[in-house]
Amino acid sequence: MSTILVQVIVGGLLLGAVYALFSSGLTLIWGMMNIINFAHGDFVMLGMYVAFVVYTLLGAGPLVGVPLAALVLATLGVIVYFGLIRSVMKGPMLAQILGTFGLALLLRYAVFWGFGANFMTLPENIVGGTFDVFGIRIQASRLLAGVVALLVTWGLHLLLTRTSLGSKMLAVSEDSMAAQLMGIRPDTMQAIAWAIAAAATGIAGALIATFFYIAPTVGETLAIVAFVTVSLGGFGSIPGALVAGLLIGVIESLSAYLIGAVYKDIVVYSLFLLVLWFRPQGLMGKM
Amino acid sequence: MNFSRVAGLLCAASLAAVLAGPVYAQSKVVKIGAVFPLSGNAASAGIHAKAAIETAMDIINNAHPELGNFPLAKDAGLSGLGGAKVDVVFADNQGSPATGQNQALRLITEEKVVALTGAYQSGITLTASAIAEKYGIPFVNGESVAANLTERGFKWFFRTTPIASDFAKLYHDFLKDMKAAGAKTDSVAIIHENTEYGTSVASVIAAAFKEQGQPIALDIAYSANTTDVQSQVLQLKEKKPDVVIMVSYASDAILFAKTMKALDYKPPMIIADDSGFSDPSFIKAVGKISQGVFNRSSWSLGAPGSVTYIINELYKKKSGDDMDDTAARQMQAFFVLVDAINRAGSTEPAKIQAALKATDLKADQLMIGYKGVKFDAKGQNTLASGVVIQLQDGEHYVAVWPKANAAAAPVIPYKGW
Repeated sequence: MSTILVQVIVGGLLLGAVYALFSSGLTLIWGMMNIINFAHGDFVMLGMYVAFVVYTLLGAGPLVGVPLAALVLATLGVIVYFGLIRSVMKGPMLAQILGTFGLALLLRYAVFWGFGANFMTLPENIVGGTFDVFGIRIQASRLLAGVVALLVTWGLHLLLTRTSLGSKMLAVSEDSMAAQLMGIRPDTMQAIAWAIAAAATGIAGALIATFFYIAPTVGETLAIVAFVTVSLGGFGSIPGALVAGLLIGVIESLSAYLIGAVYKDIVVYSLFLLVLWFRPQGLMGKM
Repeated sequence: MNFSRVAGLLCAASLAAVLAGPVYAQSKVVKIGAVFPLSGNAASAGIHAKAAIETAMDIINNAHPELGNFPLAKDAGLSGLGGAKVDVVFADNQGSPATGQNQALRLITEEKVVALTGAYQSGITLTASAIAEKYGIPFVNGESVAANLTERGFKWFFRTTPIASDFAKLYHDFLKDMKAAGAKTDSVAIIHENTEYGTSVASVIAAAFKEQGQPIALDIAYSANTTDVQSQVLQLKEKKPDVVIMVSYASDAILFAKTMKALDYKPPMIIADDSGFSDPSFIKAVGKISQGVFNRSSWSLGAPGSVTYIINELYKKKSGDDMDDTAARQMQAFFVLVDAINRAGSTEPAKIQAALKATDLKADQLMIGYKGVKFDAKGQNTLASGVVIQLQDGEHYVAVWPKANAAAAPVIPYKGW
């Protein structure tokens, strides 16, 4: 196998890990309360801007930017839950969809207003440089994002399967009335779910900002990938988002390299539809 | 008279003033529609376009004696219409051809604009101008370069910018000169985004190079709002072309610059086709890792005190950035349109159209480096031209070719970072 082909696959895996990273928050919210957060891409965008502000004001990199983005977004998650989600959940399905969609536009244009439309970037060397491993080039910033993606996925999975908080959250999502009778407050659990999901998304944004451009509309570009990743992996399945993210990353890279960049979406979406045809619940989702 | 009665009278009076205001103003205001991408992926370009048009409005509507004999600058308003002011209604095309078309329709039927300008992306200019054609409203475009825009037999469409075939010739002649100077230019790759703009410019360049006996070695198309361009850069890395011509918008141009650095790929020569590479945010974000990229331009800042220099100062106050080539071409188109309205002495579309057809501006009446503005039967400016510029220090483009217009000599190979 030629070095370039290996480079394509490595690049695809690192890209896929990032896809998985910014999809985990979306799948968590769905798993918890059957709501699709259409503002998800814009949460990622906000995480990117937090990293940008941290860099401009403090000159600090992701070591400060990532935790701060997690904190800011977690707060926003709680505010969004109590301010919007709790009310629209009582409404019809369409209100839920349009509610988060409206939130997406609100966030996007608030950032437009505050920061302008210009594309911005963090300095190239904010996370190390690029390693050369036997002729394969690995960007430190993407590697960091990839490693964190694995850690966040693993952490969320452990949280849901091994802790009492996770069990309580799952109990609420299974049957909120029964959970209430057991002394669990659904409101608190769901607010926590929003905080965790938004924090994970903020982390993703702050890490992606180290190698991607930052713009108010960047959420639009990323959100589509997140939706595909989540439905391919299985709505609500966090390990599923990881597998699907990696799969999409590698398939995109390989098909762009071997067939042509304009055809990569055709390949990815054909595969996507095929999988949904045979497994409508996604690769690792439950029926 | 008690208080409430006084208040009531005041209310009535102010209401009357409000009602009468527009009626009075209507005869004094020329309404022009401008369709630009004010949101979406190309919003950066659209917002700079808006600042350019607003700067032009300021120059037209207020007295600017410091601009000397620059058309429309000296007096306030349009002398041909008794000092009427120009008002521009901006509409957002959201980066979508369908939205652009709807907005053009809205501007014409509801806002009653007398002429249109815009719409940045060639694919949207295509649909928006079709509406103007249908309603018989002049559409003056300053920045969309897809060849077919002026090949549709339209009667109401005018374009001031040089187009793809002009650039193709510019690039080819430039490369021929560079080859004579010792550069290797035998294999040329084109990498382009896949909407109307990228596809049509790339195909015109490819055809022109083929005609000159130099077929394009590699042609890579990609989608402008892609999340990743590693594979495209690796394709280039593998094929090792001598020259890479890039036709990109800003977001993808930034991704390419970053990815090329990450994958340590430097072609000997990169020629960028304006747009993304001219966007001020491109230069700020990744200029330092794109040193030595060639580009095309019709705009140059000029010496302090010159008309272009003063216009740039005015523009900078509005936008916060120096004027780039795209914004300058948009501004020039707007001046051409308003100049025609002024000469027509009327806001009747047919009279504006006739005045546009009779446009004959000389180089010294322009704020951009064209040889003049004069439209052919298809509505294309026959005197449009450009030069090759280079981002030598990673911060400012300088003119490098042809020699007569050059401020510095071209530097090769591509330095990158």
